[in-house]
Amino acid sequence: MTAQANATDVSISRITQRFEDLKAEGRSALVTFVTAGDPDPETSQAILDGLPAAGADIIELGMPFTDPMADGPAIQKGAQRALKAGQNQRKTLEMVRRFRAHDQDTPIVLMGYYNPIYRYGVEAFLNDAAEAGIDGLIVVDLPPEHDGELCLPAAEKGLNFIRLATPTTDDARLPKVLENTSGFLYYVSVAGVTGAGSASSEAVEKAVERLKLHSRLPVAVGFGIKTPEHAAMVARSADAVVVGSALVNTVEQAESPQAAIEGVHSLTRALAQGVRTARQAR
Amino acid sequence: MTALSALPDPQGFFGDFGGQFVAETLMPLILELQGCYEAAKDDPAFREELAYFQRDYVGRPSPLYFAERLTEHFGGAKIYFKREELNHTGAHKINNCIGQILLAKRMGKNRIIAETGAGMHGVATATVAARFGMKCVVYMGATDIDRQQANVFRMRLLGAEVIPVESGMGTLKDAMNEALRDWVTNVDDTFYIIGTVAGPHPYPAMVRDFQAVIGHETRDQMLEKEQRLPDSLVACIGGGSNAMGLFHPFLKDESVHMIGVEAGGHGISTGEHAASLNGGEPGVLHGNRTYLLQNVDGQIQDAHSISAGLDYPGIGPEHAYLHSTKRVEYVSITDQEAIDAFQLCCRKEGIIPALETAHALAEIAKRAPELPEDHLMVVNLSGRGDKDMTSVAEYLGDSF
Ligand SMILES: Cc1ncc(COP(=O)(O)O)c(C=O)c1O
Repeated sequence: MTAQANATDVSISRITQRFEDLKAEGRSALVTFVTAGDPDPETSQAILDGLPAAGADIIELGMPFTDPMADGPAIQKGAQRALKAGQNQRKTLEMVRRFRAHDQDTPIVLMGYYNPIYRYGVEAFLNDAAEAGIDGLIVVDLPPEHDGELCLPAAEKGLNFIRLATPTTDDARLPKVLENTSGFLYYVSVAGVTGAGSASSEAVEKAVERLKLHSRLPVAVGFGIKTPEHAAMVARSADAVVVGSALVNTVEQAESPQAAIEGVHSLTRALAQGVRTARQAR
Repeated sequence: MTALSALPDPQGFFGDFGGQFVAETLMPLILELQGCYEAAKDDPAFREELAYFQRDYVGRPSPLYFAERLTEHFGGAKIYFKREELNHTGAHKINNCIGQILLAKRMGKNRIIAETGAGMHGVATATVAARFGMKCVVYMGATDIDRQQANVFRMRLLGAEVIPVESGMGTLKDAMNEALRDWVTNVDDTFYIIGTVAGPHPYPAMVRDFQAVIGHETRDQMLEKEQRLPDSLVACIGGGSNAMGLFHPFLKDESVHMIGVEAGGHGISTGEHAASLNGGEPGVLHGNRTYLLQNVDGQIQDAHSISAGLDYPGIGPEHAYLHSTKRVEYVSITDQEAIDAFQLCCRKEGIIPALETAHALAEIAKRAPELPEDHLMVVNLSGRGDKDMTSVAEYLGDSF
């Protein structure tokens, strides 16, 4: 079955399917973020290919951009490494195509900034992304005010457009943020860039509760989650736990490509363990 | 075509350009800012306070000066300088900073952040923050810190914290990224004073409105001196605030020709320049859609200019719009041409202009000789060159 057929024939998206399956298992999802092409194309492909076996339930793949205004140092540097190694939008889509040759079930969400998509051409990008087997998009600098740019066209192609809700998104604004969101809702637990700070477990629980009042979408929580313990804590209330900077840091600190691959996968295994036991531990 | 005064539209668009392309965390903040600015703009008390500070603190109105010796030298158009370099802190930047800090005060914010390239906006921001007793943090690229030492020291004297930005090339674009990251992190107490007509709506319109005092004064002064409007207006463009301030009040006057001067660096064909309109493509960066220096993959390319204040790979969205409608002509000037004009202005007029401003002067050097003597040309003398001594000396192989 090709990815294309998958996206159009199946009435329920890969992302929704995954959340339903995990709900049946009674656990939260582990969402891992890595930057495409970091530290180089081959190593990055190996990292991506091994993530599901290491315990990632959903994969966010960062599209590197020169000016990641909402990212902290870890993800900034990851993008710089990838760009320096020659990564571009086409290569990122190609990575996903290769991944799909052996994995048709793990959802992949591309995450990044609008300009590289805009320059590629929105229509062409969405066609190529759907064909490559991508399930959703998170585009940081496209708030609901600009849904006509990419969010609505993406939905027409069957791609989920996942929106961020933040501590500054109040109840009055939340419906606007939710309006065209699909797949899941990504709650940014602290006002800040990726990798910085972290919210208390009470704050996360409260926020998830509030979002659930407004939406039936699964709620993923991210920003600043670095350890299996922290992931487990968040996994008690959230439908998914997103870890990014900690994984990207592992790539930076690795002394060889092989060490980078092993480092990311072993941290993923530990995080997955945390997420899987979170609710039993309670 | 929509009436110019009606632009931007409520989403902040000037035609295809502009908008509010920011992370969700910032969206409620810029909507709040937009609302507060709209209210302040129409509040007589706010306007009165602004007028007071423009007059007694900034030193407005700035003179419209007949540059007699340069006019003689070129032997063509009659050249006037709009003397923004005589403002407190030495550039047009303070016009905007005074406006924004009064807004910050009104909104109850007490921590000010800013990005700066040449340091002129940083100095102007540090100045108003000191005057209003607010904490001030200025982000400045590491490369720019090296070439604008004097301004870094001025900011520190004024009590601001200057944070070096190492990412990218360490210039204005990187400083703006870092200021945006600060703002996303400090959402409660912080007001971001953007230094040019760029960023997400309402900044391009708001900064334009605060700078439009330049054009309004020029209009009155020219009518008084020559009993008619100028024939052409020339201004340099980094993000485009001094140009927009001069141009905007004249946009409806069809007889007034306007020329925006981008930094051509080593020449457009070398790829080492900062001319977004002449050498870039539309894209989205720093909250708005505009022309950007970028590669085919949409990655932003580093700008190059001898002048730190023009060293930016984008341009304000309203300029992108005025370029698309052809209302304003956009040209570029190389580093070398700017240096030549810089020296000429020093010797002929006894005015040391900023290197940014020298780009506008270089354009009049090309045009004025070909124009008739009754052609009235206004150049925005956007800033003074004290800050540029090291850069110029280095370029000329000199030292002091
Ligand atoms: C004297 C002077 N002129 C012009 C500029 C460019 O800015 P803008 O295009 O916003 O006027 C700067 C920026 O630092 C400046 O210092």
